Amino acid sequence: MMIEENQQGAPLASAGLANKDNRKRLSLRNEEISMQVRDLNLHYGSDQALKNISMDIPNKRVTAFIGPSGCGKSTLLRCFNRMNDLIDICRIEGEITIEGNNIYHPSVDVPELRRKVGMVFQKPNPFPKSIYENIAYGLRLQGVKNRRKLDEVVENSLRRAALWDEVKDRLNDNAFGLSGGQQQRLVIARAIAIEPEVILLDEPCSALDPISTAKVEELIIDLKESYTIVIVTHNMQQAARVSDFTAYMYLGELIEYDDTAKLFTNPAKKATEDYITGRYG
Amino acid sequence: MKKWFKSGDPWIWMIGGAVSISIIMVVGLLLLIAVRGLGHFWQPPIIETTFHDDGQEVVVLGTIRNAETVTAQAVRDAGFEVPEEQEIVQRYLFHLGNRDLTGRDFQWFIGDFLEEFRYPEDAIMLERREWGNFFGYLVALKRDGEVIAEGEEAFVRLPELLARSNELVGNAVSIERYDIGRINFAIEQERLEQRRIELNDRLSDEERAERIARSQAEVNRLNAEYEKLHAELVELRASGRRDALVARTSDGQEVTINLGDVVRATRANTMTIPEKMREYGSRFWAFMTGYPREANTEGGIFPAIFGTVMMVFIMSIVVTPFGVLAAIYLREYAKQGPVTRIVRISVNNLAGVPSIVFGVFGLGFFVYFLGGNIDQLFYPERLPAPTFGSPGLIWASLTLALLTLPVVIVSTEEGLTRIPKAMREGSLALGATKAETLWKVIVPVSTPAMMTGLILAVARAAGEVAPLMLVGVVKLAPNLPVDGQFPYIHLERRIMHLGFHIYDVGFQSPNAEAARPLVYATALILVLLILVLNLTAIAVRNRLREKYKSESD
Repeated sequence: MMIEENQQGAPLASAGLANKDNRKRLSLRNEEISMQVRDLNLHYGSDQALKNISMDIPNKRVTAFIGPSGCGKSTLLRCFNRMNDLIDICRIEGEITIEGNNIYHPSVDVPELRRKVGMVFQKPNPFPKSIYENIAYGLRLQGVKNRRKLDEVVENSLRRAALWDEVKDRLNDNAFGLSGGQQQRLVIARAIAIEPEVILLDEPCSALDPISTAKVEELIIDLKESYTIVIVTHNMQQAARVSDFTAYMYLGELIEYDDTAKLFTNPAKKATEDYITGRYG
Repeated sequence: MKKWFKSGDPWIWMIGGAVSISIIMVVGLLLLIAVRGLGHFWQPPIIETTFHDDGQEVVVLGTIRNAETVTAQAVRDAGFEVPEEQEIVQRYLFHLGNRDLTGRDFQWFIGDFLEEFRYPEDAIMLERREWGNFFGYLVALKRDGEVIAEGEEAFVRLPELLARSNELVGNAVSIERYDIGRINFAIEQERLEQRRIELNDRLSDEERAERIARSQAEVNRLNAEYEKLHAELVELRASGRRDALVARTSDGQEVTINLGDVVRATRANTMTIPEKMREYGSRFWAFMTGYPREANTEGGIFPAIFGTVMMVFIMSIVVTPFGVLAAIYLREYAKQGPVTRIVRISVNNLAGVPSIVFGVFGLGFFVYFLGGNIDQLFYPERLPAPTFGSPGLIWASLTLALLTLPVVIVSTEEGLTRIPKAMREGSLALGATKAETLWKVIVPVSTPAMMTGLILAVARAAGEVAPLMLVGVVKLAPNLPVDGQFPYIHLERRIMHLGFHIYDVGFQSPNAEAARPLVYATALILVLLILVLNLTAIAVRNRLREKYKSESD
């Protein structure tokens, strides 16, 4: 059993954990839980997009959602910061709790929730403002006006997003002048500038070239030291490289959710195995 | 052939042709207006010739305004004897001037009965403050009835004396317009103050009497000041009328014309090209900056330019916030359903309502209802004379704002829909509320679209005439809507407007022939004005676009 786990851990050396002894001990039972999903059902009009989802998202780990297009992984991700509220016909039952508080309770302040649960989208979406103002946007919303404080946060966020050296001389240029990969890292810097607890990444690398993708992946691994990260990806290698836990979803149902190493090498369900080995469809 | 059709070339040719025709028509229109309008300021030569008719000889002196070729038969039918073998006849429209002496400004002459044209060097053309132009031969200059210069010397001294009298007349006008205008305004204010005191029933009789007496004392002081200014004015006028010129008309009559009545004098036949160009510039400048004379057929159009610009500005200031807010509400907040659809359709159709209907609405609602009530509430002392209860600048601007509102709403809505969803979500995901997202991201990014709406609105508003005739534009406004008297901008005043000026000069003027070039010149100025306003707005929009450029553009 020990030997087997060691072998399974081997291809995941890049998952950001230094030694294999640490790696093999990953199990949801040992983790501190950040977010809990309980009996979540989501309907778009009369179509059910999520069916009875229950899962725990561990604190300061990377959790990946994989599955074919339209399986509901992005929809589930957008439930964590209530982005689905923007869709009129969307109806949600069940609950999601963060630190024991149900985020779907009527008394929840949604902007406050979104400040705690940041999000990065599929396509980089900087604002048509300067690089500096993009990062400072979230802080300005919170009423921070102190220039020194803003400068400090902008620099720190850009440094943590590994973008500082590339943009430090042109902070006042329009953010659209950056390349796609730089824009995506800028958007990540913008998200961490307001110090969220959770960062949701919705296919963050699907519009990027391989080199930019590698940079963003490195960044994700760095960031999990401080943040709980949930990532949706189509790229199974990516899920294997960056995540600690992986959930496989299909047609709105959570099929399997386990340690990444376990799920990719020894899936419990036939459906999962078919998907990750490419026999899906 | 079939292959050629399939290749799509015919369509390209057709589209190219349509575009070319459009461009040719636009350029042709502008050229026509420009040539006819700008040509008016060029000094033509003064022609002297002799007209033979039934053995009589008449000397004709003037400039040729128009020349045309007509069939001989038409001329024969009119009772002129033209040789049988001749088929066409050239005829000329002479600008003879001297309306005060002969009663006719323009006359057609048939070329067959005219002698060869002569260009006498001592012929002068005078532009006068009254009675239109004068054509004649300068004989002498007089000061207080005594001849001071004759012949060539008179020509030499004329410009200097004319400049002096023009300056004095200008001073007199400015005293009349500004100083006496200010006193009249102050006296009117005092009269209203007295009326207000009379209407105020909270005052005791003594208090009332005392305050009226105080006000009356002020009126007396102002009247004394007025008397002083008036004396000064009379003196200035008399001084301006010191010099006169004696001129002989084409029929040999000698007339004395006071230099105080002359605006400019040109000895056209001795002028060189640079002199003519200088004269051209000076006339054009006078046209742009002067006030109209002689029922708008002469003088300048400055009040009309000013009124048009002022009205467009106020209209923009009103229509932009209303249009933008309405569009934001419709697009961002209103529940998208049948009611919103109906509202949107109504707004779009509002743009198709004939403008005169807006004029009628403006007159009924703004002028009579709103204005009437404002007068009742705030200006009871002026009643029954209306203040806001009569057509004026503010109502004209509001009516046009209403007229152009749909354009602004539609383009702003277009701009709001074009903003990518990702940008909105990006802001919301950072913890912004909907309102914060709107004001910090969406509205700034859609400002270019709002500017597009404003550009279209300005273009439409500046050219609109029909509704304005009902709600605030007049043939001749005594005052500009902005002056030195508190509150400086008088929104209740009537204004002049270039579009209405064109209509008035062209179709309502007693001297249509004299006014025709002014119609073209005014039309040209109107087109240029709209162009300038639009180019300014476009420049602003391009800067905004540059500032908020994103991938989606």
